[in-house]
Amino acid sequence: MIQQFADWLIYSLCGLDPATGIGTALNFFVYDSLKIIFLLFLISIIMGIVNAYFPIERLRNYLQSHRLFGLQYLFASLFGAITPFCSCSSIPLFIGFVKGGLPLGVTFAFLITSPLVNEVAVAMFLGAFGVKATAVYVISGIVLGTLGGMVLGCFHLDHLLSAWVRQIQAMSSHQAGEWEAEKVSFGHRLPSIIAEAWRIVRGVLVYVLIGIGIGAAMHGFVPEGFFESYLARDNWYAVPAAVVLAVPMYANAAGIVPVVQVFVAKGVPLGTAIAFMMAVVGLSLPEATLLKKVMTWRLIAIFFGTVAAFIILSGYIFNLII
Amino acid sequence: MKQIKVLVSSCKCNQKFASLVEQVVKDNGIDAQVERVSDMMEIMQHDVMSLPALVVDGKVVAKGAKNEAELLAILK
Repeated sequence: MIQQFADWLIYSLCGLDPATGIGTALNFFVYDSLKIIFLLFLISIIMGIVNAYFPIERLRNYLQSHRLFGLQYLFASLFGAITPFCSCSSIPLFIGFVKGGLPLGVTFAFLITSPLVNEVAVAMFLGAFGVKATAVYVISGIVLGTLGGMVLGCFHLDHLLSAWVRQIQAMSSHQAGEWEAEKVSFGHRLPSIIAEAWRIVRGVLVYVLIGIGIGAAMHGFVPEGFFESYLARDNWYAVPAAVVLAVPMYANAAGIVPVVQVFVAKGVPLGTAIAFMMAVVGLSLPEATLLKKVMTWRLIAIFFGTVAAFIILSGYIFNLII
Repeated sequence: MKQIKVLVSSCKCNQKFASLVEQVVKDNGIDAQVERVSDMMEIMQHDVMSLPALVVDGKVVAKGAKNEAELLAILK
C-alpha cells in the first residue's frame, strides 16, 4: 500500500520516469520514510507497554532476590533488549545495579544489549531487511549480551571501577527494595505511552530522513554490485574492518540503517552489514566518555574489546549461515 | 512551599524537561522552588535508575520525561 502511494506520488503526480535515477531515488525515499516512521511508532508503543509493566527497578529486584544459576545473564540481557535505552540513563542504571549488589558481569550483560537492541534499531532493521534478518539481529544481540556479560564476569574486573563506585559497591545491600506497582489502569496509561512513542519518533526523525536521503541517492545512482569488490564475502578482513570503522561513528541506528541497506543491496554480505550496525549502535566513543565516570579507561578498553571481538565473531558466523 | 528537584543528566532531552518543569510551575503559580540536580552522587541517593526524574519534598514522584498535562497533575 505504501509502495503504491509512493509510485502514485512520484511517477503519476510528479510525472517522473521510473527508469531514471532521480525517479527511483525519490520513490525509494518516500516509500522508506513512511514505512520506517510507521514501524518506529508501532514498536515504540509496544515497548512502552511492556515497560509500563516491567520497569527497570522491578528487574533489579528480581535479579537480586532470585537464585538463577547462570540464567541471570540471559535475563539481564533480555531486559536490556526491551528497555528503551537513552545513553543519558546509562550511568544511573549502572550505579543502580552496582548498588543493588548485582555482579559486574550481569550489569555488563544489560549494558551490552540495551543500546544494541533498542526500539529504533529494531524498527529500522525491520523496515530495511525484513523479519528474518531482524530476528537474527535481535537474537544474536541478546546472545551477545549474555555471553559478553559471562566472559566479563569471569575476568573479575571490579577493582577497575572508579573509586567512588567501589565505595558504593562495598556498601551495597542485597536486600531488594520494595517495588510498588503503580495502580493506574491501562486505559489511563495508554495516552502517555503513545505520547512517549511519538516523542521517540520525533527525536530521531531528522536522522531517519537524512539517512534515507543518503540511502536513496545511493540507491538511485550507485550501480549494482559496486561494493562487492571491496567488501565481498571471501575477503577475510572485511568484517573486522567494518567493526573497527564503526566504533568511532556515532550515528544513531536511525541514520545508519538506510545507508547500510543500500550497501547490502549493492553487494555487501548481510553478516558484514549486521556486524557494522552492531558496532555503530553498541559501541561508541561518546558512550565511552560517559562510562569514564564509573570506570577506569582500562576497564572501558576491556569492555569494548570483548564486545568488539564478539561482534566480529558473529559477523563471520552470519556470513556463513545467511 | 514545595521543594522540587529535577534530577537530570547533561543531555538535551533532560535539560528540556527541566525547563518544562520550571515553566509549568511559573505558569500555574505553584508555590514551589525548582532546583536542577545533576550531581551523580546526589541523584543516586534518591535511588532512581532512569533520568530525568522528579523529586518533590524528598520523595520521587516521577521517572522518565512527562508532558505538560502530566506534570501539572503531579505537581498540583
